[in-house]
Amino acid sequence: MEQPIEQFVFDFHKETAEISAGSNDELKLKLGEFAGPLDLLLYLIRQEQANIFDIPIATITDEYLTYIRLMKSLDIAIAADFLVMAATLIEIKSKMLLPRDPTAAEEEAMDDPRKELVDQLLEYEKFKSAAQMLYERNTVEQAVFQRGLIESDDNNAEINASVFDLLTVFQKIVVRHKDEVEMEIKREEVSLADMIKMMRKRIFDVGELNLLEFFEEMQTRRELVTAFIAVLEIVRTETVKLVQKTTFGDIFLRKVEVPSNAAANAE
Amino acid sequence: MTEPEELEIIDKPARSAAEIMAIAEAIIFVSDEPITVKALADILDEERETIQAAVEELKKEYQDREGGLQLREIAGGMQISTRTEYHEDVRRFLKTRPSAKLSLASLETLAVIAYKQPVTVPEILEIRGVQSASAIKTLLEKRLIVTKGHKETVGHPMQYGTSKDFLIQFGLNDLSELPSIEDFEDLLQ
Repeated sequence: MEQPIEQFVFDFHKETAEISAGSNDELKLKLGEFAGPLDLLLYLIRQEQANIFDIPIATITDEYLTYIRLMKSLDIAIAADFLVMAATLIEIKSKMLLPRDPTAAEEEAMDDPRKELVDQLLEYEKFKSAAQMLYERNTVEQAVFQRGLIESDDNNAEINASVFDLLTVFQKIVVRHKDEVEMEIKREEVSLADMIKMMRKRIFDVGELNLLEFFEEMQTRRELVTAFIAVLEIVRTETVKLVQKTTFGDIFLRKVEVPSNAAANAE
Repeated sequence: MTEPEELEIIDKPARSAAEIMAIAEAIIFVSDEPITVKALADILDEERETIQAAVEELKKEYQDREGGLQLREIAGGMQISTRTEYHEDVRRFLKTRPSAKLSLASLETLAVIAYKQPVTVPEILEIRGVQSASAIKTLLEKRLIVTKGHKETVGHPMQYGTSKDFLIQFGLNDLSELPSIEDFEDLLQ
């Protein structure tokens, strides 16, 4: 199974992000664990045992820049956000160094250039702690088990598919068709209105429509796109719903049963 | 105006409270998702209050029994599961290992979304200080978050919120069970 690069096992209680001397490889691993510039900043402030309400900007900025340079020298890709923060820190540092303008209005002179950053750090810290709480909750939840599989599970479990899932299915097909040579259009292509009419008929005749199969029936890429737009249109305007039996499984368009009372009243 | 649903079948024997409890328990057991009191009421063809009372009684029984199973309310429905205390033995029997955990970045992004929903990508960026596209993709794939329409501002950015699966995987009955975000203020500053 494909593992996205972002995913690695992270144990809050055992591993904390830290900068430590060691072999180059070990250092690389530890350096990469900060969740972002704010995470790194908090770490540096803690290290310095500094007061977050009175950050020694010069020291912190220098340490931050050292870290960035260290990452660069170890060939670790530096996310742009880290660089943005570096620029911000340098800006704050220079503002702190500037002598206060004696002619400036009282309010202006009071503005601490660090304030915005401190507010951001405090806000971020709350969510970092909240993330830890979630981690612990999830760990507890993973220690809880339900009954084993029952034969009917595959038939019952249906997830409401989202447009996101639809796009994933669509993308699969577009990729498959990528290598096909565009044929000369010999027959008239189906218009959007006709496509919608055709889809509607099929859904209401059979009750549901397998979208993967439907998209496969399309002859050209243009028809494929028209079909996709038709699906979006139908989902928007008709009483149908998108369902998916298994994660990443086929997506079906199913007509929604109208309650019998309403149907009776409508007659 | 006749209401078809209220056709009374004469000779339908009233179920005892004990029987209702038993049937409810059986259905909660086989349900693959937490099942709501309403759904139980529909299936058993009983009043919601009757089912609610039966479920409360069941909960108490499970609690008092102190057995290997627990009955609890999660994601708005009832669920029977093993107790956390016995997870090691259960796991050994099932021969499973804990599933892949979320990365720190994904957890942080999830926390922001959980507390601030509906929330847009720029708003997440403002709090985390990092682009969260990769984390959002992971969370969407794991069905922990869903899109919740667009914000009515310039650019109509997409908004995100947590899903039912989020509640289930994090052991929550509803979002109000999350501690207030202000509780996470570090008092050691």
